[in-house]
Amino acid sequence: MANTPRQKLMWSIGILVVVLYALFPVAWIVSLSLKKPDQLGDKKFFSGVSFKNYDQIFKTSDFTHALVNSIGIAAIATFIAIVLAAMAAYALSRLDFAGKALILSGALAVAMFPAISIVGSLFQLWRNIGIYDTWIGLIIPYLTFALPLAIYTLSAFFREIPWELEQAAQVDGATPFQAFQKVIVPLAAPGVFTAAILVFIFAWNDFIFANTLTSSNSARTVPAALAFFTGGSQFQQPVGAVAAAAVVVTIPIIIMVLIFQRRIVAGLTAGAVKG
Amino acid sequence: MEAATVDQRTGAAPPKKKVTDRAKSERRLAYMLCAPAVITMLIVTGYPIVYAIYLSLQKYDLRFPSQKEFVGLANYGDVLTSSTWWSDVVHTLVITVFSVGIELVLGMAIALVMHRAIFGRGAVRVSVLIPYGIVTVVAAFTFRYAVDPASGFAQGTFLLSDTAAPLTQQTGSYAMIILTEVWKTTPFMALLLLAGLSLVPDELLEAAKVDGANAVQRFFRITLPLMKPAILVALLFRTLDAFRLFDTVFIQTSGANNTETVSILGYNVLINRVNIGLGSAVSVLVFICVILIAFFFVKVLGTSTAQQRGEEV
Repeated sequence: MANTPRQKLMWSIGILVVVLYALFPVAWIVSLSLKKPDQLGDKKFFSGVSFKNYDQIFKTSDFTHALVNSIGIAAIATFIAIVLAAMAAYALSRLDFAGKALILSGALAVAMFPAISIVGSLFQLWRNIGIYDTWIGLIIPYLTFALPLAIYTLSAFFREIPWELEQAAQVDGATPFQAFQKVIVPLAAPGVFTAAILVFIFAWNDFIFANTLTSSNSARTVPAALAFFTGGSQFQQPVGAVAAAAVVVTIPIIIMVLIFQRRIVAGLTAGAVKG
Repeated sequence: MEAATVDQRTGAAPPKKKVTDRAKSERRLAYMLCAPAVITMLIVTGYPIVYAIYLSLQKYDLRFPSQKEFVGLANYGDVLTSSTWWSDVVHTLVITVFSVGIELVLGMAIALVMHRAIFGRGAVRVSVLIPYGIVTVVAAFTFRYAVDPASGFAQGTFLLSDTAAPLTQQTGSYAMIILTEVWKTTPFMALLLLAGLSLVPDELLEAAKVDGANAVQRFFRITLPLMKPAILVALLFRTLDAFRLFDTVFIQTSGANNTETVSILGYNVLINRVNIGLGSAVSVLVFICVILIAFFFVKVLGTSTAQQRGEEV
């Protein structure tokens, strides 16, 4: 389409508005986290740079434990989901068998599942079998959303792979499994990586399971810990600490987004609306 | 060698033959590869929901565990005759309709900017992905602190009056919850719509332009109808997501000021009041609502995720 200078100006304004829309709240929470305690009520958007809040949160085991829990639980859940989903997605996109549609619609149904519907039974079950407030107690429910997401994203990516190479390997004497392992896995790595990022973001974001299935520092992740932060006194809102912790958990996501933006967009749209 | 490497499957569909050994072993491999994922999904969702249904038929309060007994559908009767359940359904629907509606319009605008932008595409893409990636709890705190009289900057600016405290009254609470939801999830909507937008052939738009259609007509008469499947899928995903709303409400109001959603209600009954039987009934009812919404989209509006996904089903 032709672009007149006027149109160019319009699109530039559009771009600027979108960027501001997305970044303004982020700038606010960063600025809030950098305020000194006595500057919190000054009604200013920005009032200087102090790392006092960060010092404070890294001194408390509530936050450092939560950070370790968040990283560990999200990473393990992502790993398990990707391994299981990669095998399934390979079969779904490549092999001929009855029940494909059933598996895909089943996965979609699981993805639509409201977490609140299973929180009560898990709360009950986990206490009975002794995995309430443990890593594994959170990793298992995370698979409910991680697996469908990974299966959809990976099947979409796997459909784009040049499969002739696999057959070439089979002609050369490889078994179907060897062809999968030696030829397809390296080709599929970028898609697998993208799916892993998306699953990690989801697991990192979870609040409802982390809130209901943990009760202490031993498994509580950052989103849940944030909700239970307490201020210096009972009546004091721990605004500065929450803001600093919020920024810390946001940083890994921003780094991932900056590095892998193209892949994330491809993954999101491939998994949902196939172009 | 040359001929053998040609992919037979991408050619014309082979006629149905007797099941060969190769096909049999292929099927066996397929089931082996799918089994772990399928079994895991069944265990992690199927089993808990069946257990939730079982629990919902019991009188079971953790404060009085000895009084556990089978009560049939009594818990459902209690929930469905309580005004709390119905008002929470209304709260949830109000938040869902407003946030998804605003997201659709805003998401479409962002998608158009991303689609047509010749420069600055990368900047827009990174920017919209940041709200998408941010933890919902963080977004909820960010907006809450911005309007909190004790820590916010919004009071006394053009945004809010000096003494305003939106999260202490109903309209303000709704506005903040919806604003947070919209900010966080519009990017996802925009990306789904962008994918749909890229399916609209440029030639069609050019032809309409030659025929004298203006930009507004081209958008409403060509782009929008062609995007209908993509829009419906995006709406389905987001509606189901918004109906489950929990994080933002928990952080911003905890359900105060008449903003309690069905998920918050389930949480309160299950975890705070430890009434497992009654809470499970709420859980199962939320699950049924989600199925009804999905059914409405698929059967009434004709949303097809399979067709959109390019699967041969």
